[in-house]
Amino acid sequence: MEEKTAQRNKLLNYLKNNISKATLFLVLFAMWGVLTVLSPYFLTYNNIFNLVRQTSVIAVVATGMTFVIISAGIDLSVGSIVGASGIIVSMLLINGVPIILAVLITLLVCLVLGAISGMFIYEGNVPPFIATLGMMSMARGLALLLSGGQILTGLPREFVSFAQITFMGIPMLTIVLIIVVAAAFFVLTRTRFGRNVYTIGSSDEVARLSGINMRVNYYAIYMLNAFLSGVAGIMLTSRLSSGIPTSGTGYELDAIASVVIGGASLSGAEGSVLGTVIGALIMATLRNGGNLLGVDPFWLRMATGLLIVLAVLFDQVRKKQ
Amino acid sequence: MPNEEYAVEMENITKTFPGVKALDQVDFKVKKGEIHGLVGENGAGKSTLLKILMGVHKKDSGSGDILLNGETANIDNPIMAEEHGLAAVYQHMMLAPQLSVAENIFLGQQPTKKGIVDWSYMFKKTRELLDSLNLSEINSRARLDSLTNVQQEMVAITKAVSRDANILIFDEPTALLAEEETEELHKKMVGLKEQGVSIIYVNHRLDEVFEVCDRVTVLRDGEYVGTKEISEVSEDDLITMMVGREIGDLYYKEDIEKGETILEVNNLNSGKNVNDASFELHKGEVLGFFGLIGAGRTELLRTIFGVDKIDSGEIKIKQQEVKIKKPIDSIKAGIGLIPEDRQKQGLALPLSVQDNCTLVSSMYSSTLGFLDKKTEKKETEKSIEDLNIKTPSINQKVKFLSGGNQQKVVIAKWLNVDASILFFDESTVGIDVGAKKEIYKLMAKLLKDDKAIIFISSYLPELLGVCDRIAVISEGEITGILDREEATEEKLLQLATV
Repeated sequence: MEEKTAQRNKLLNYLKNNISKATLFLVLFAMWGVLTVLSPYFLTYNNIFNLVRQTSVIAVVATGMTFVIISAGIDLSVGSIVGASGIIVSMLLINGVPIILAVLITLLVCLVLGAISGMFIYEGNVPPFIATLGMMSMARGLALLLSGGQILTGLPREFVSFAQITFMGIPMLTIVLIIVVAAAFFVLTRTRFGRNVYTIGSSDEVARLSGINMRVNYYAIYMLNAFLSGVAGIMLTSRLSSGIPTSGTGYELDAIASVVIGGASLSGAEGSVLGTVIGALIMATLRNGGNLLGVDPFWLRMATGLLIVLAVLFDQVRKKQ
Repeated sequence: MPNEEYAVEMENITKTFPGVKALDQVDFKVKKGEIHGLVGENGAGKSTLLKILMGVHKKDSGSGDILLNGETANIDNPIMAEEHGLAAVYQHMMLAPQLSVAENIFLGQQPTKKGIVDWSYMFKKTRELLDSLNLSEINSRARLDSLTNVQQEMVAITKAVSRDANILIFDEPTALLAEEETEELHKKMVGLKEQGVSIIYVNHRLDEVFEVCDRVTVLRDGEYVGTKEISEVSEDDLITMMVGREIGDLYYKEDIEKGETILEVNNLNSGKNVNDASFELHKGEVLGFFGLIGAGRTELLRTIFGVDKIDSGEIKIKQQEVKIKKPIDSIKAGIGLIPEDRQKQGLALPLSVQDNCTLVSSMYSSTLGFLDKKTEKKETEKSIEDLNIKTPSINQKVKFLSGGNQQKVVIAKWLNVDASILFFDESTVGIDVGAKKEIYKLMAKLLKDDKAIIFISSYLPELLGVCDRIAVISEGEITGILDREEATEEKLLQLATV
């Protein structure tokens, strides 16, 4: 009898701790339900395929942002790094560099960009908002400089087709997203680094006084984020089949919105990769549904903004209880 | 019965919050011109009762009456409370640090002339108020945060008095004050009493309650236990009333044999806060650190722990010199720090009991960076059992635990890495009498295990009750180390003000 009560209490506790994720799932299903009723095109293979594929790029960026926000930081440069990475990989590919090498070099550059942000933040004590605001301009400047402000075309066919092909019916870009999310989930929940991110997010002091190497972890967080933005930039370039220097503009806001809708708090130590993905899907569903129903895209934009505020409002209310 | 003798009569007050009855038919009467102590454990209902009096909370409708100076009063909000002559000085002083003394005193009520703030009147009136309370050394134009703690406290009191209050509430005003400053505060309170002001004094430190109160009321678990004349009751009686059971001595100390020197600090210097500090710590010993606020006790421990930079000096652990540059160095050498602010420095509040207990030990239990959750679960369960931590599950977020249990988690964190030297920095502040004693007993157990403890406290009775030796620190220097037998409050205070 005691065993049963203990089991039931464990379940109740689990539900209590995860109620926000459960709510998110419900919201997403509810939205899909409503749209299925309102439009015959919604729940079709083609539409869902597009929806999911479109979300993939931004969701990768948002996954990286999850780490940053949980650590009580913020990174406004992700959109620009998406753009810069797209340009760098394009230029390498156009100049005949083998795809794998081009990708690796691009990601390496992104790691350096992340390290620079980390340096400003940790060594320079510059608030993350300002440091990454600066990087946002610098990375975008880099993209425009390297490309001369031009759209770069002539990418090798194998590279471009990557975004078109599917694997067992799932778009390749989404496969990449799944791998990224699985890895991020694993790192965040099962490694010391993951726990360090949460600890730093709850309090810098606690982390420091517990012997955590602040420098290594701070750099790692911003480098990881830049890395994932780089991956997203490469994915996007394949999709667009060209290097567009202004690509990724505004992605930082969408990424932050996804993470916050997904349950993270800007003051740190809360949030999850799963929540972020659902957050990104909710926003994408809103846009997709809006398109299908012929809603004026400007109205949609207002709706998206309202959605973000409501999500956080709901979370604050839940916390007060 | 309404009575002209009483300044405040609260009768049969009940207050319910969602899920908990904070007050259950509580009576509370304060006579005119008396200093009335209000004591009880955390959660007993003292704050709630006083907040109802101040109009911050509303008592449950239909429950009880509040009479002020013999007349029924409806206090719906703090402004009405003020109009009735009530004012409060809270533990966390509700003042604006960046504004001037005068602006703080007239906060929300700036005098105006034709719609514009009358600054000269404001400063003049502030000067008068300060002088009337013998506070001529405080400059009315000075920024509040440029004053000392006790001066800031005095400004808060001046503010309360300036609102023509005849009923003052002091809620834990001495938490941040040193002995001398507390004495000053008490003198001022007596002065106000002689002017006819009635004072309600909430204080955890019973000896201070005995110093200055005429009568004292005890609350327990939201219920009224009783009111006694100070002359007719002892500290032990009060504690029994507060806790509901005999608790015997407040402190717990066992006689444990001291072992060899485990920590030796020689001529340690760090910035302005640590000046040529030298001392020894033995296995099985509790070394107390006493000093005024800002003397440098916390800084000394933080320097040894590797948080603050060491300019010069030597640290030896188990007779071996160790180079400490970062916390991880001292952690690996066996030191654990239980910091002053357990919520901001000791615990990752949003994380679980398991996460917090294994925050440092995961360094050893993990392989290649991957957490070993099974080992962590075992470690946490052992910690919960050994330290008697009350929590519904190991996954409970630490922010939901009570103060005493939170502190135990911080201690568990260090025990899980077999720390042999523990630094306790004001570790029993804000914890109930019963839970405090549990911590003292835990300390004795650790000492029997050959560990050593440095115990920072600003409360002399606690230091005398729990330490083997007491080191006194003043302005970054160790001015003396006294054995328990020879230490007295006076001697320690003398050394602290050298």
